[in-house]
Amino acid sequence: MSRFSKTLMALLLAGVTTSAIAFERYKGIGRVATEAEVAAWDIDVRPDFKGLPKGSGTVDDGIELWETHCTSCHGSFGESNEVFTPIVGGTSADDIKTGHVKSLISGSSPQRTTLMKVATVSTLFDYIQRAMPWTAPKSLKPDEVYAILAYLLNLADIVPADFVLSDANIREVQERMPNRNGMTTDHGMWPGVAAAKAGMGNGGKPDVSNVACMKDCKKEVEIVSALPDYAQDAHGNLAEQNRLVGQTRGKRTSAPGEPAEQGEPSVAAAALALANAKGCMACHGVASKLVGPGYNEIAQKYQAQADAEEMLVAKVKLGGQGNWGAIPMPPQAHVADEDIRLLVQWVLQGAKAQ
Amino acid sequence: MANIDARPGRIRPAPENFLTHEQIVAVKEGRRGFLRTAFVAASAAMAAPAVVQAAVQGDPAILELPSWSTTLGMPVAANPYGLPSRYERALQRRESPGLTRVGGSSVSFTPLQGLFGIITPSGLHFERHHQGWHDVDPARHRLMINGLVKTQAVFTMDDIMRLPSVSRIHFIECGANTGMEWGNVAVPTVQYSHGMLSCSEFTGVPLKEILDMCGADYKKGRYVLAEGADGSSMTRTIPMELIESGEVLVAYGMNGEMLRPENGYPLRLVVPGVQGVSWVKWLRRIEVGDQPWASKDEAVHYIDLMPDGQHRQYSSIQECKSVITTPSGGQLLLDKGFYNISGLAWSGRGKVTRVDVSTDGGINWRQARLETPVLSKASTRFNIDWVWDGKPAILQSRAVDDSGYVQPGYGQLRAARGTRSIYHNNAIQSWKVVESGEVSNVQVL
Ligand code: HEC
Ligand code: HEC
Repeated sequence: MSRFSKTLMALLLAGVTTSAIAFERYKGIGRVATEAEVAAWDIDVRPDFKGLPKGSGTVDDGIELWETHCTSCHGSFGESNEVFTPIVGGTSADDIKTGHVKSLISGSSPQRTTLMKVATVSTLFDYIQRAMPWTAPKSLKPDEVYAILAYLLNLADIVPADFVLSDANIREVQERMPNRNGMTTDHGMWPGVAAAKAGMGNGGKPDVSNVACMKDCKKEVEIVSALPDYAQDAHGNLAEQNRLVGQTRGKRTSAPGEPAEQGEPSVAAAALALANAKGCMACHGVASKLVGPGYNEIAQKYQAQADAEEMLVAKVKLGGQGNWGAIPMPPQAHVADEDIRLLVQWVLQGAKAQ
Repeated sequence: MANIDARPGRIRPAPENFLTHEQIVAVKEGRRGFLRTAFVAASAAMAAPAVVQAAVQGDPAILELPSWSTTLGMPVAANPYGLPSRYERALQRRESPGLTRVGGSSVSFTPLQGLFGIITPSGLHFERHHQGWHDVDPARHRLMINGLVKTQAVFTMDDIMRLPSVSRIHFIECGANTGMEWGNVAVPTVQYSHGMLSCSEFTGVPLKEILDMCGADYKKGRYVLAEGADGSSMTRTIPMELIESGEVLVAYGMNGEMLRPENGYPLRLVVPGVQGVSWVKWLRRIEVGDQPWASKDEAVHYIDLMPDGQHRQYSSIQECKSVITTPSGGQLLLDKGFYNISGLAWSGRGKVTRVDVSTDGGINWRQARLETPVLSKASTRFNIDWVWDGKPAILQSRAVDDSGYVQPGYGQLRAARGTRSIYHNNAIQSWKVVESGEVSNVQVL
């Protein structure tokens, strides 16, 4: 039986009625979607709040949900810069009045936070609902999303501490978004004159116009920027990033006498690649805590413990919590035993890249 | 590396940090003399009799038959899926250290410094994921069409691959390509400055065909939401204009095989000329609507900050741009003499019509050769002869597209947009060559 008919069979067995699409040329291809199917996937929320589910949540509930699901990566106040740029910060009471975040003009805030940029509160609802928490997307119920969003908005003083955010009052919140007037579509990077007439883009008109001068185009050449010294070696040994034949070679940018540039990757490099491939690096940094402890911290903690390797192999395989805090590590049973051992040995030896 | 240094007939100047103090002085006094001394020194250092002998009679690569000329080679299908030569390991996708914090939301860059022609080998296609990548089971993958259509529909991969297909070559460039360089030089090589660019032949079905099947309302529905099946369920608003042109594809093929998992296997959107984030990977849903969606990656990111504090939203088209891929930053020229300056040019508005190259930092320019094929919204390879006289030089390329747009310089771009917009930096790139043959990244206005 072909896969196609198997699928159909499965649908029929599941009691799903399928009907064909009435399109003459491509007979037999595709089928009509059921309401339940569309509802299951069509979770987007637009700026006009089309698609917003009914529900509500308090700032207080949001604090607790945030602590459980979000703090580990974004910090207790959405201020963390560890895993991603900060979500909260850099907005003022005045911005809430004007709808323009002033620090965007002056550049006085060291980083552009999410709330400094975002103009539409729908964006935050939509995104948290579809994608967060990062390691368990789509696990939050609408009321939980409302509560968490209420907490984030409260952190920026957009709503008060006793606020209950709901589908009924989210439009009022939109009117207080600090950067709600901060977007423009008056640029040449959206196509179409018709679109421009409808307010989207300028019809494709570029904002710079250079000329293709060929001779004596300027008097002198001024170099305004060059690669700073500290950045010379920041991308590893460039000799190893260029072909060994041809019209050029790569410049050697790490000190001579560093590990060989050809041959098999070192055990450490292979282990790092494995840690990346098996998803360990999503939760562990080498030097710093992400969701789980940094590998250096682990190496340090078990430095003097002879049976650490055995203990950690079992722990990674079965998962668990308590040695570093309340957040559990999920079982890593999808990783082969010998790979887990290699990874643990690598961690205990300092998780070197080479 | 020693064998390279000592190769008869071609003497490679050692990089600065290999040189003794006396040698550096020698370089400063005049290159030729230094080269001769270095050659003698290298021969002396390798004073094994065979080498000295060879230096007199000829090249050992010719005189001493290598093992591949004197033994039996490998059988067929030794690598059932072929791999590049082990000598090509230097060319890999790489991350830029410190750019992002976690590998699941990061970028790996294409090694443009070593690629030829216009097609990017699939294994070297740049990566940008927002929530990690998955190897999606194609038998369980679905494409749903909903919104302003007569018939909301579901398609399996079987369905999509039964439809008439087209194959087209297009570039894909991340909107943040060259983004690290808006304010100043930040990275050493073209891999990191321009490597969020790839170009492939994509095979799939024009999205228009599928929307026609579903009876899309083209009058009201001027916007389309594309959504991925990964954890981030990446969403972007796509202009209906482009879909109506027939250019936007629902693609499953890339360079003759299925898409690679990192590039959206089994289905991705191809939106020629538009920044990569809109080419939604693991495409699961298309919704037709009458308003844009302001999704996270078009309301918080991929928005361009202007000097007046406003952000440009829904900036989509990648304007005309070019870069010399060799000689380029972090490379060393082997000696004076002839070089083939080679690079890539592309435009999100159509075809590249011309590329000019300067070797004096933009005072004088010469027209480069465009190699075929020259295709709309595809990378175009250009080449131009250059005889290096051993003196300092600054290499630049400047592309022109069929809308008449001329790639701007940093001065022009910054005058219009400042230095903080992160996205859509298409300024003319400069590579400085110094007497030692070392090439580095610089900016000139
Ligand atoms: C395991 C780490 C992790 C956890 C836990 C997590 N996030 Fe995130 N979050 C991220 C990463 C990484 C990104 C950036 C994703 C990307 O690049 O698209 C992000 C992005 C975001 C953004 C968008 C920020 C921006 O400026 O683009 C919001 C809002 C957000 N997270 C909210 C939450 C909420 C709410 C929770 C808890 C329900 C949560 N996150 C839990 C890692 C995490
Ligand atoms: C979803 C997040 C997550 C992933 C993925 C993950 N870890 Fe962990 N890991 C954690 C957390 C949280 C802890 C702390 C557990 C505790 O407190 O006991 C931890 C702890 C550890 C420890 C120390 C255990 C101890 O008891 O001290 C090691 C070693 C470790 N992880 C290795 C790995 C390896 C190897 C992988 C990949 C195969 C991996 N982790 C994947 C979250 C993760």
